[in-house]
Amino acid sequence: MRYLGLTEADRHEMLETIGVPGIDALFKDVPAGALNPRLDLPPHQGELEVERAFAAMAKKNVSPMDVPFFLGAGAYRHHIPAAVDHLIQRSEFLTSYTPYQPEISQGTLQYLFEFQTQVSMITGMEVANASMYDGATSAAEAVLMAQRITKRSKAVLSGGLHPHYRDTVATLMDQTDQPHVAAPVDLAGNEDLSTLIDDQTACVVVQNPSVFGQLRDLTSLARACQAKGALLVVAVTEITSLGLITPPGAMGADIVVAEGQSIGVPLSFGGPYVGLFATREKYVRQMPGRLCGETVDQDGRRGFVLTLSAREQHIRREKATSNICTNSGLCALAFTIHMSLLGEAGLTKLAEINHGKAVQLAEKLSQLKGVAIVPQAFYNEFAITLPQPAASVVEKLVEKKILGGVPASRLFPGDKSLENVLLVTVTETNTEGDMDKLVAALKEVL
Amino acid sequence: MNRQGRTTTPHAAANSAVTGTITGNRGLQMEEALIFEIGEDGRTGVDLPDAPNVKDRLGGLKRQGKIGLPGLSEPQVIRHFVRLSQKNYSIDAGLYPLGSCTMKHNPRLNEKMARLPGLGDVHPLQPVSTVQGALEVIDQLAGWLKTLTGMPAVAMSPAAGAHGELCGLMAIRAALKARGDVRKRILAPESAHGTNPATAALCGYTVDPIPATADGRVDLDALQAKLGPDVAAIMLTNPNTCGLFERDIKKVADMVHAAGAFFYCDGANFNAIVGKVRPGDLGIDAMHINLHKTFSTPHGGGGPGSGPVVLSDSLKDFVPVPYVVHGKNGLELVENGDAKSFGRMKSFHGQMGMFIRALAYMMSHGADGLKRVAEDSVLSANYVLASLKDVMSPSFEGPCMHEALFDDRFLKDTGVTTLDFAKAMIDEGYHPMTVYFPLVVHGAMLIEPTESESKDSVDAFVTTLRGLAEKAKAGGENVAMFQAAPQLTPRRRLDETRAARAPVLRWKPGSNGAPIDKAAAE
Repeated sequence: MRYLGLTEADRHEMLETIGVPGIDALFKDVPAGALNPRLDLPPHQGELEVERAFAAMAKKNVSPMDVPFFLGAGAYRHHIPAAVDHLIQRSEFLTSYTPYQPEISQGTLQYLFEFQTQVSMITGMEVANASMYDGATSAAEAVLMAQRITKRSKAVLSGGLHPHYRDTVATLMDQTDQPHVAAPVDLAGNEDLSTLIDDQTACVVVQNPSVFGQLRDLTSLARACQAKGALLVVAVTEITSLGLITPPGAMGADIVVAEGQSIGVPLSFGGPYVGLFATREKYVRQMPGRLCGETVDQDGRRGFVLTLSAREQHIRREKATSNICTNSGLCALAFTIHMSLLGEAGLTKLAEINHGKAVQLAEKLSQLKGVAIVPQAFYNEFAITLPQPAASVVEKLVEKKILGGVPASRLFPGDKSLENVLLVTVTETNTEGDMDKLVAALKEVL
Repeated sequence: MNRQGRTTTPHAAANSAVTGTITGNRGLQMEEALIFEIGEDGRTGVDLPDAPNVKDRLGGLKRQGKIGLPGLSEPQVIRHFVRLSQKNYSIDAGLYPLGSCTMKHNPRLNEKMARLPGLGDVHPLQPVSTVQGALEVIDQLAGWLKTLTGMPAVAMSPAAGAHGELCGLMAIRAALKARGDVRKRILAPESAHGTNPATAALCGYTVDPIPATADGRVDLDALQAKLGPDVAAIMLTNPNTCGLFERDIKKVADMVHAAGAFFYCDGANFNAIVGKVRPGDLGIDAMHINLHKTFSTPHGGGGPGSGPVVLSDSLKDFVPVPYVVHGKNGLELVENGDAKSFGRMKSFHGQMGMFIRALAYMMSHGADGLKRVAEDSVLSANYVLASLKDVMSPSFEGPCMHEALFDDRFLKDTGVTTLDFAKAMIDEGYHPMTVYFPLVVHGAMLIEPTESESKDSVDAFVTTLRGLAEKAKAGGENVAMFQAAPQLTPRRRLDETRAARAPVLRWKPGSNGAPIDKAAAE
């Protein structure tokens, strides 16, 4: 077995040192009959055989690289610079642990500090943590945090919130029978949530752009929250949008949760991704997750440590702000590296390209008979209404070797009003040829 | 690149005072500024085409003003992160004996597989007919996990161990609710990981500690006294955090079940028994498995992890969505559960990238190799215990499982603490073991060598610890050495009090190169 370090002779010698006759003597506490079960599993294999098995499985998938591709809805295909994947595979990043020994983890700690800074900057917030599992779990933790801060229990969830975020919040709140009000589905993006805020409302969770692509100014909602003593939690599923649009922080958000996958992290069938979590400085001690802070060492040199850990489970146990331990360190690193390569100019331009291409496609699609673009204002994804059920249109496009979008029915099963709605996403990876193929194919199937 | 009027290494003055070099560098140990202090406007590390010339449709929400991100070229970015990486200890560089964390070798084949076109780049919401291979990976991994644990079901979506605990308790809560039974208490030993009580609290339970016997295992009499009609579950780690197998585990399961409660097992230490003992044979109802421990997916400086949860017959209907099933047109994804499912735990379908790596690892080992993993990891830990018991103080009689627990009795009256001892190991080129955990022994040191190490490597480690233990006991000027350790690292002991008292959690413009006033920090 190529991964095991001991030889037969070593094992023998070690057993002698320990003073036992055989390996099973070390397992003497295992109940009789439970040791050494027969397992119906194949024996060990070499690299070549394993590679063959995975290649066969990979072949059964349609790779977005090979076809015109327009899916988003919470996970986005962007180009990742070659340097990102090279750097995150460096041994020192890939095979290190959580930086609990800061003297020999300054690499990890410094990039977490840089990550926190970048996340604060792009969300327009004061502070950010060192990552969560993903955007949806960030949203759920934000609701708990708002409950702690406001000492209230109710959460109001926008009808434009990604259903996975809505459901993840609901699952966690259900555990303690906390009330949450999910507003009706808001395709057009004109809901008025302020009527749902009362003196028991801890927070309002709203997504911008919404799951249907609608961009909104949240300033008045933020004011309505503030007037009633509730917090505004803004969710962002497409983080590159903040290269171009006004950040939630500038609209008055109290907590921003986001999916950071678009920057540096591959699609990977939905995970692992990286949850971003940013807030106001005054709430920092109520934050979930790890935080990296600046300090000095014994010689007065700047260094970094994990800090404020009295909020965390390993110190505070049942009184912790969250149970999170392992987060998304390496994905946060990928994010930080990609963001560093982009810089101000790169991120701005990337967002302009995404938006510009989306506008181009929206214009082409709106020429099609029976097709309408739903959102007035959008970034790089938008819902369209079709003259027939979107799910069957998507299947017909698959036959034409096009991955044309996400039918809203996939995310909102059973909602008749959304049956004909398709979510379409465009990024810098889409060529003009891709767009023309989609338009031509839709013309044929509709 | 040293432009006038700005140091490329902030605090170079402080650094050079310490190192005696002009730059503050020490040979290959480079001082590295923050990325925000290196970059400047008008530069980028990417080359993007011009954006299409269209009228924007942003509804007047275009960003006003700058974000504040620095601009760097690609070589600058690469150099920055390479220099940062050189400040980290890692498994690839040396033994990493962190108890409870299973810092085993991370095979590079797994990395290669996770990046295959058609696996690493597929979208979670593609039509199911176009991702049959991806579903097959999930289905196959689920099969391995069920066979290895002897359990009938597995929930794949949890994103880490603690997330898995949450999943297990949610399943238990749903099962209790389904039978109209509301219970309020969770029992957990004092030696439990902090995640256990934190998870219980998230599910609205109060946590009641179970005492241990003098030999480091659950006290059955105390457990019986604590059990009652309001106990929802016991959360037990097995092998436990003292590195011991709970020999009465079947009795514990029977007692818990007799009280109408469920048995949750924290599977953090599954590496000790993988392929050797099936939790399903021990009466366990739910257990999370850290793929980033037992199945070698990289820890990545703190994630991502993955924490699938295996479930017994009594819990198997109470799973989160989504899950994969065999349908008439191949594999299908159930994204909206029936009434019994307790709901969704995160976006999409779980940590696919980790599934691929874990499955590649399992296939590489096979059933025979995995059993060997358990045996070698337990053998190595016992070898460490046997080789150090005369100079350090083991907390319990052997045999231990895959980690050996010591406490600080051997340092009594030396003036050297567990922390000092750990920091001295750093100067010797080792990452310390887990310290001050579990909380049930004083000044704990929990050593987990894993099966990845050769005997030579373990011997060298043992020799080092013996040497340090002898140095500590010899006292005299050695004590000052321990208290000053580490001295040979990129940074020496850091001021954690200062970091917490006035938290600086981000860089701000204008804080460039401002020397930190040490006096003000006192």
